Amino acid sequence: MSADAAALEIAGLVVRAPGGAAIVEQVELTVRGAEIVALVGESGSGKTTCGLAALGFARDGARIDGGSVRVAGRELLGLGERELRGVRGRHVSYVPQNPGSALNPAMRVGDHLRELLRAHGRAGDDAVVQAALERVHLPGERAFRRRWPHQLSGGQQQRLAIALALACEPAVAVMDEPTTGLDVVTQARILDEVRRLRDASGLGVLYISHDLAAVASIADRIAVMYAGRVVEQGPAAELLARPCHPYTRGLLASLPDHREPRRLRGIGGAVAALDARPAGCAFAPRCPLASDACRAQAPPLTSPAADRAVRCFHAAQTPPPAFEPLPQRAAADGAALLAVRDLRVSFGGGDVVAADDVGFALARGECLALVGESGSGKTTIARCVAGLQRPDGGEIALAGEPLAGFARGRTREQRRRLQIVFQNPYQSLNPRETAIEAVARPLRELGRDHAAGGRAASLRAAEQMLERVQLPRRLAHSRPAALSGGELQRVAIARALVVEPELLLCDEITSALDVSVQAAVLELLGGLRDELGLTLLFITHDLGVVAAIADRVLVLQRGSVVETGPVGQVVRAPAQPYTQELVAAAPSLSR
Amino acid sequence: MAGVKRQSLGGLVARRVGIAVVLLWIVSLLVFAATQVLPGDTASAILGKTATPDSLAQLRAQLGLDRPLLQQYTDWLGGLLHGDLGRSLAAGLPVGDLIGDRVGATLTLAAVTLVLLVPLALLLGVLTGTRRDGKLDQVVSWITLAGVAVPEFVTGTLLALLLATWLGWLPAVSLIPPGESPLAHPQYMVLPVLTLLVAGLASTVRLVRVGVAQAAAADYTEMARLSGIPERRVVRRWVLPNALAAGVQVIALTAQWLVGGIVIVETVFQYPGIGQTLVQSVQSQDIPVVQAVALLIAAIYVLLNLLADIALVLLVPRLRSAR
Repeated sequence: MSADAAALEIAGLVVRAPGGAAIVEQVELTVRGAEIVALVGESGSGKTTCGLAALGFARDGARIDGGSVRVAGRELLGLGERELRGVRGRHVSYVPQNPGSALNPAMRVGDHLRELLRAHGRAGDDAVVQAALERVHLPGERAFRRRWPHQLSGGQQQRLAIALALACEPAVAVMDEPTTGLDVVTQARILDEVRRLRDASGLGVLYISHDLAAVASIADRIAVMYAGRVVEQGPAAELLARPCHPYTRGLLASLPDHREPRRLRGIGGAVAALDARPAGCAFAPRCPLASDACRAQAPPLTSPAADRAVRCFHAAQTPPPAFEPLPQRAAADGAALLAVRDLRVSFGGGDVVAADDVGFALARGECLALVGESGSGKTTIARCVAGLQRPDGGEIALAGEPLAGFARGRTREQRRRLQIVFQNPYQSLNPRETAIEAVARPLRELGRDHAAGGRAASLRAAEQMLERVQLPRRLAHSRPAALSGGELQRVAIARALVVEPELLLCDEITSALDVSVQAAVLELLGGLRDELGLTLLFITHDLGVVAAIADRVLVLQRGSVVETGPVGQVVRAPAQPYTQELVAAAPSLSR
Repeated sequence: MAGVKRQSLGGLVARRVGIAVVLLWIVSLLVFAATQVLPGDTASAILGKTATPDSLAQLRAQLGLDRPLLQQYTDWLGGLLHGDLGRSLAAGLPVGDLIGDRVGATLTLAAVTLVLLVPLALLLGVLTGTRRDGKLDQVVSWITLAGVAVPEFVTGTLLALLLATWLGWLPAVSLIPPGESPLAHPQYMVLPVLTLLVAGLASTVRLVRVGVAQAAAADYTEMARLSGIPERRVVRRWVLPNALAAGVQVIALTAQWLVGGIVIVETVFQYPGIGQTLVQSVQSQDIPVVQAVALLIAAIYVLLNLLADIALVLLVPRLRSAR
């Protein structure tokens, strides 16, 4: 590589979908050697398309329709398949989002590396393979090399994917959400690894992520994408401290942070679909600063400061981020609404203990968060409370009345008083039912006053509830397929609240949503909580979300309660080593 | 992290064999029960309309049909376990002698068909699966669709019409002399094999194609391409091993279908195999032969399933060790 050439240089890139709509356009991105550039955006922003284009690759019939992609000074666009093969994996490599499905299930660990090395004309003997594994802190010994991908943990699979990406010492590696799906502790270790490899080998990294907080700790520069364009880029610290684009500012305001708990502000509206992007600035419909100029034409790339670039007519007017403190809440000191005692659940004939003598109480009006990594038992406990899973032992009481193991053994009144919202709104609504029908149904099954009023009365009540969760009125008669993730989750919340429950179970209700939508849903839930006097049992793996909504927190590890206390205390001064590790590993901007 | 709990292949095979034995026992019960509910009984079938009640009772006693059902079953099962398949009521010969040649003839037909079908199915499946929506894929897709839609007795009749009646290249029926191997008379095998091939290829190619196409579109295959692995290598090391798992099941299914489908094709071409025997002995109410043949076909099914299971475990690493 010539000394002055950047590791990766993308200019004027256009990638089109089969129908001709541009998935990304006018993308400018540069990654220098020994530099980590984070490409951040919400789902549908085109960041993966950009990442793949860096390898001269387009997916699903899409095609690269213009621009330039240079790796270590060499233009990739226009190369034949054969020449591209020589570049891919050798000069520019790719680390996939989900290594579990990107590793060949019928190929041993060592063979993955051997195949790659040989494809690029390198020796693939055991010593080389061993060194490649050890470089990413995987065991290099024979027994490990002979393992199959399914015998590795998620973190090990991701390390192997990184080892593959680095095996031929490329100039640049594209890492596409490499830590999504991993628990926070593993994520922190992988991030450390990436940083170390950059320093040790001079590797350039294009790090794709939806999570600003996660990249804040490793990125040298950040590029923010929205609806197919890079709307802003600059040095990480400067961009986070003083965003120039209203979208970046909005993202920062919606980012929960456990170190600096603050009021979250979501971005209203949703990203336009690929074929319905507005003519001017794509963010204009959601932008508080939008003017007629924004709607008329797309703003050009300007440079408000040295090494900064932004696509916004109002960059100079974008206010600096203002973080409001969390609203103070009176401590809930009401009588216990939910009491769980000595809850025990195991699966597989006692092999897996999901809950081991778990006990807690929830006061009326309180929000308790159950926190833990996957496998900690938090969802199992929620399912027991909801009556979807029968515990092996223990007692669950609602307002003093012991509840039957399964929901069908509980009275209608008991079922009405306790409602649940599930993790994945795309799967928890009946695809054949319109939003308003979905909300009206529980009224007819469980409602107190509406059963008498019949269909018309229940539909009226459902309409009011949809208004309350701020679902646009025109969407009330839409089926789930026509709604976005955030809209679907609003419908699911309306469906739970319409029967006026006292206790609402929220099982990871924002983990399938983008941060700006997550913030809006959490904002809504906080408001409804005050308005309706709800008691919340909130299940999440995200400490930032906990800090934004909960009063008290219960930390779980392998089915046991590790620590419990007020959120401020547990997050700021965790007493137990496990909680300390979680708090330290959770991504945060203020570090 | 992931505990590698290795399950020995021996233990796995032993468990599958155990399951197979239990299955066969259940099949023996079903076969016995089914033959009991056939209308009429052997004695009346042998003696015909002229039978008197006395002669019927006498023949029943002679054949052991007057024993209690449970005893008939245990005697039959006991005989089976000692290799005694019983005695044909119609021919008076031991069933084993009667169907020995026939089994050989059928297995020969099935084996010849399989030997041709498996490589052809894999080849066409891989070619069409890796070049989806290409010209070859479209042509093969239409032909196989037709092959799946048309039942094999129609295919067989059409082929016989074309190759035997009109062109006169081949004999229309497979009159293999008793006691001789069908391999000694290849001209008699062409039509049955061809018919089975046409019908069998249609479904196998389609299933193999789906398996290959799935593996070719999988994340890991895209990842291999993004790593600069040459295309032939991608197909050989990424697509094929993962598609083969589906292939094995397809082949086992096809082999089982062959054993069943042969009944029809043997009848169409009067090929002297167990299928034809089964049809004849059902007509003549020759219960011991029906029982033996039915159980034999079931045993072949179970055996093929067993082999497919073992092959699958050998091919798919994930099945060999639990997390």
